[in-house]
Amino acid sequence: MRVNWPNQDGDPISTALNAQERHVTPDASRGAEAPPELVQLLTPEGERVEHPAYDIDLTPEEVRDLYRDLVLVRRVDMEAVALQRQGELGIWASLLGQEAAQIGSGRALTDADMAFPTYREHGVAWCRDVDPVNLLGLFRGVNHGGWDPAEHNFHLYTIVIGSQTLHAVGYAMGIQRDGADAATIVYFGDGATSQGDVNEAFIWASVFNAPVVFFCQNNQWAISEPLEKQSKIPLYRRASGFGFPGIRVDGNDVFACLAVTRQALKNAREGQGPTLIEAFTYRMGAHTTSDDPTRYRVAGELEAWKLKDPIERVKAYLFKNQLADQEFFDSIEAEAADLGRDVRKRCLEMPDPHPLEIFDHVYSEPHALLAEERAQYAAYLEGFEGSER
Amino acid sequence: MSTLTLAKAINEGLRTAMEDDSKVLVMGEDVGKLGGVFRVTDGLQKDFGESRVIDTPLAESGIIGTAIGLALRGYRPVCEIQFDGFVFPAADQIITQLAKMPLRSLGKLKLPVVVRIPCGGGIGAVEHHSESPEAYFTHTGGLRVVACSNPVDGFHMIQQAIRCDDPVIFFEPKRRYWEKAEVEKGAVPLAFDRGQVLRPGTDVTVLAYGPMVKTCLEAAAAVAEEGRSLEVIDLRSLNPLDTELIFESVRKTGRCVIAHEAPVYSGLGAEIAARITEACFYNLEAPVLRAGGFSTPYPPSRLEDHYLPDLDRVLDTVDRTFAF
Repeated sequence: MRVNWPNQDGDPISTALNAQERHVTPDASRGAEAPPELVQLLTPEGERVEHPAYDIDLTPEEVRDLYRDLVLVRRVDMEAVALQRQGELGIWASLLGQEAAQIGSGRALTDADMAFPTYREHGVAWCRDVDPVNLLGLFRGVNHGGWDPAEHNFHLYTIVIGSQTLHAVGYAMGIQRDGADAATIVYFGDGATSQGDVNEAFIWASVFNAPVVFFCQNNQWAISEPLEKQSKIPLYRRASGFGFPGIRVDGNDVFACLAVTRQALKNAREGQGPTLIEAFTYRMGAHTTSDDPTRYRVAGELEAWKLKDPIERVKAYLFKNQLADQEFFDSIEAEAADLGRDVRKRCLEMPDPHPLEIFDHVYSEPHALLAEERAQYAAYLEGFEGSER
Repeated sequence: MSTLTLAKAINEGLRTAMEDDSKVLVMGEDVGKLGGVFRVTDGLQKDFGESRVIDTPLAESGIIGTAIGLALRGYRPVCEIQFDGFVFPAADQIITQLAKMPLRSLGKLKLPVVVRIPCGGGIGAVEHHSESPEAYFTHTGGLRVVACSNPVDGFHMIQQAIRCDDPVIFFEPKRRYWEKAEVEKGAVPLAFDRGQVLRPGTDVTVLAYGPMVKTCLEAAAAVAEEGRSLEVIDLRSLNPLDTELIFESVRKTGRCVIAHEAPVYSGLGAEIAARITEACFYNLEAPVLRAGGFSTPYPPSRLEDHYLPDLDRVLDTVDRTFAF
């Protein structure tokens, strides 16, 4: 089944594009066969494969650690979805299916590198040692972001699509001026590539040769809009028009994501400028807990992608190569269960903020208007002293 | 003491700030070799280099967005938006990111970014080059909004804005760029969130900022000959407002006229009038009246003299306060 592109008949360019880009067609076979230019080091069956340009040499312990990361962030995500279903979170944006893209790229970062996430980078947050409970505050509505970005070199979640790409480029320009041995990585999705800010960020990064890695998780869907609504060409190829390299990686292959991101960050730190990485993956869950994907995509698509699960292939690799035994897998499961329980418990314990905290942190320096409004509202609240409010 | 135009005073203020703090950067379109279309950044790139005075791509959202990133890295960027009407492509970054990020971080992040905007009409320009967008920004919590009206404030307020840890929208009245005054660089400046009585008076309080300050001072001088005494206050800070200074004056005069180039409807004058009515109700001899632009897009320049409140329109409004 092929999508009917407009004006394709008899148009050699469109015909060529269609021949090349079968993998972007919105049907049940979406992504079922890997596009040829995809960097892959670990097949869905758990087989190590070679790539001419990218390699990775991981110790058994490092592979087990990656497996642990993948399982634990999926567990945090699962717990958050459950908490939302039980009314404890207002909304949650699940990372289900994107664990390898996030752990692979997140583990490629050095402490000095700075990451700019969207609102779905729970796996990257994990790699940056952000307490998962801190991620929940935003979705529970007790704050807009509860961690110190400088402490973790992990910026706050950004909800406006694509805005953070410019912040990452600006930060990278700061790194250049400091002469520091560091780079930034910025996360965004396939939908964000249509935003003006993302395109401006590409231009700025290119002309200033900024040490930034653009990490696009192409999870095929921008809520209900398939990739064809955003682009007629593979996203990684956009980079060439801006003057820097673009590469497409199997986003469900944690080895490949780690290898490709590591190289791109190294290039950035060494003054070779930006890289666009398109991690070809799939949003296995809904856009958020408020979304209903059954309205716009067929079940077969999800089934096809389940066969390419990012965690199962690492498990298969560990098993096949006798790098881990059942005891290991059981211990990770037990750790995940404990983590889930802990996240749940501490989520429920999160206190509601005091009403007067509305006025806190809006300005860094004293502000007469806010001081006045705060005092007035405090006096108003005092009028309810002794009654419920 | 030196005699400076407003443009030169801001230029010298920028230079001083850059000398004082190596983290201060200037960025914008044509701010380098050209020195900005109004020459406000003239000579800075030559003296501070291309890494501190950055000619940017022509993308306003990019200017503010990357300035935020630089501020997150510890820099203090001063962004030039070339003309008022071009700030709108940057409005998303200013409103959704710059204004809100410190709160989003529960105070852990500070964003000392200054956004300089040449504003207002009166220079015979084409469309989008004569606007007064201040109310869009005073309506946005998290931003400080100030407007300078003269070289003394231009020199000092730009430095205060740069030193401030909050984001500051800094309006510069472009038709006053060539007005001259004596500037004492070593003087201790008035805090930049305070207003200033520029001409004391007893009959009517006239509130203005930016380009309208000079018009109102001229109006006050004109009616003084007729024996009418106007107290002219330069608001300087539009968010927050120096309400105590305003209320003190209105309690004395009992009458108030607010003048701005921006449309009267939903303009800053409406907010000020509401606050005066609430705080000074029993002192008022007349409703607070406003002189300002019409509720239209800015007209072609051959009509701008009809759109902009001039000395006569201000005085007509003053006269109307005596009709009550």
